[in-house]
Amino acid sequence: MKLVKSLMASAVIAGSLTGAVVAQDKVTIGVSVPAADHGWTGGVNYFAQQAIDRLATTYPDVEFVFASAPDAPKQIADIEDMVSTRGIDALVILPGDPDAMTSAIKQVKDAGKFVTVVDRQLSIDGVEDLYVAGDNPGLGANAAAYIKESLPDGGNIVILRGLPIPIDQQRFDGFMAGIEGSNITVLDDEFANWNRDDGFKVMQDFLTRFPDIKAVWTQDDDISLGAIEAIKQAGREGEMFIVGGAGMQQILQAVANGDALTPVDVSYSPAMIATAIELTTSHLVGGIHVDGRYILDSTLITKDNAAEFLDPSSPF
Amino acid sequence: MSVSAPDIPAKPKRGFRLDLKTVGPLLALALLVLLGISLNENFLSYNNLTNVLARSSFIGIIAIGATFVITAGGLDLSVGSMAAVIAGVMIMVMNWLIPTMGIGWGVVIAGMATGILLGGVAGVFNGTMITRGRIEAFIVTLGTMGIFRSLVTFLADGGTLSLNFQVADVYRPVYYAGLLGVPWPIIVFALVAIGGEVVMRYTAFGRYCAAIGSNEQVARYSSINVDNVRLLTYILQGVLVGVAVLLYVPRLGSASSTTGVLWELEAIAGVIIGGTTLKGGYGRIWGTVVGVVILGLIGNILNLQSLISPYLNGAFQGVIIILAVLLQRGRKNA
Repeated sequence: MKLVKSLMASAVIAGSLTGAVVAQDKVTIGVSVPAADHGWTGGVNYFAQQAIDRLATTYPDVEFVFASAPDAPKQIADIEDMVSTRGIDALVILPGDPDAMTSAIKQVKDAGKFVTVVDRQLSIDGVEDLYVAGDNPGLGANAAAYIKESLPDGGNIVILRGLPIPIDQQRFDGFMAGIEGSNITVLDDEFANWNRDDGFKVMQDFLTRFPDIKAVWTQDDDISLGAIEAIKQAGREGEMFIVGGAGMQQILQAVANGDALTPVDVSYSPAMIATAIELTTSHLVGGIHVDGRYILDSTLITKDNAAEFLDPSSPF
Repeated sequence: MSVSAPDIPAKPKRGFRLDLKTVGPLLALALLVLLGISLNENFLSYNNLTNVLARSSFIGIIAIGATFVITAGGLDLSVGSMAAVIAGVMIMVMNWLIPTMGIGWGVVIAGMATGILLGGVAGVFNGTMITRGRIEAFIVTLGTMGIFRSLVTFLADGGTLSLNFQVADVYRPVYYAGLLGVPWPIIVFALVAIGGEVVMRYTAFGRYCAAIGSNEQVARYSSINVDNVRLLTYILQGVLVGVAVLLYVPRLGSASSTTGVLWELEAIAGVIIGGTTLKGGYGRIWGTVVGVVILGLIGNILNLQSLISPYLNGAFQGVIIILAVLLQRGRKNA
């Protein structure tokens, strides 16, 4: 048994040595993201592939391994394969379920790889070398600030939430803290699962239930699109406005056109995956020091700055 | 629907006792309606009722197809993904036809025809694999469920397929408008339900489905063409998914990988709540309609109240579903 262990240990050392030697001329970066199960993750897949294509032409010595997984076990298997069979030097990962994946990602780190975590915080600190994320509490706070400013005398609002996961809670808490002390009343909040059809259903029922709604916070543009149809069906588009989030092209277009129903949006771009891949690549290729936390602002997008965020080629 | 009570087969006992198997789903529906009324005064408003029924019509139409499939001892898990891919292709076809046909009903009708045709083709594929390929229905439709879901993700490039804005405006009334104030989805749902009830009860096809589901060998010896009848149930299911999608697309004018997620489970749940047996042999279309409406009302009621934490929505749904079935099965052996 002991012999086997020491054999394995020496194999690992030998492996990492050759890995280090190889890394001098050829670098492999693994990129693992969740499958495109809604609009935002669809954007993540698109921007990841776009960044990989661009960087692969710029740096012929960098090889990328890309994998997209529908659930945590598959994503764990993906990164294990990347380490054991593809010999990656660095991992860029957007963990679908960060709590379930923390220990698997830690193993990659323990094997001496450079680890970049995107968007979702792992359950223990200090695993990743680099953390790139959007500002979830800020997304809530910016939406709250806009609604507070637009309704100086207060008023009734409803909230359509995402899925019951930490990101949603951070956004919700940020929002509730933001409207504290104002005369804004939250009539109710329900989960709409970051999904158009559910956004439509929940909004229809809110409209049935509440005769007076001044604003709707959906915190996601997919939900907004469903809610918009429900509001139009009820013929109440003159009574309220919607604040979404994420920066979907369709909504940005409406914001740019000065649509009264969607006057603003709050950015939370899936392009953050591209930022993470770029930073990781420049670290491996150019030796640039990138360790740390990069939080991309959740900017309020209005009619004035919407043009900066428009990108007709984006599928999101 | 008045024909429902007298000719239910295999009554548990003769005599005075209320036949729970028949009234069970209706009782559950009545209780749910009472709960709704007590929670919100707008529950019985015309707008709320048409909202809920129109929303339920997609699942309802699909569930009527599923009633035939399940009665004949089969299962189709692919309907949700099938709906998504049909919606996606319909949108692509309509967008593609605009330059040649211009904006108008022509494009929409071509899109609708595509939808029905695709549904039929998908049904033929499922049915052929099951009846001629001799593969378990569960496996075939689990496979096509994955295939259809990936196809729509691929076609949409991971994002969302959106119908051209002007065509969407032409198509919109199909979901939002109606006849004498009753939205089209509800009318179509009702027509499909009535047609389904007639086919299930008064045609040879309906009786063959029940015969095959209760005992395939006996059905075969009775010179029923088991394979063809089964194949037909899957084709019918596919076509009805197509019909449901025709009504779904004008609602939001888009399709993505999230379209129709878990519709298969909702449809199957609706069928079972309505009193059809999951192992086949006995099917009841009007029950399926009640089952689907129950499911629709549960979601509606949850949104109309704030007593139950939204974290517990799933639990509430689960309790109601189990209760609804318990009401009709509970005293069967008493």
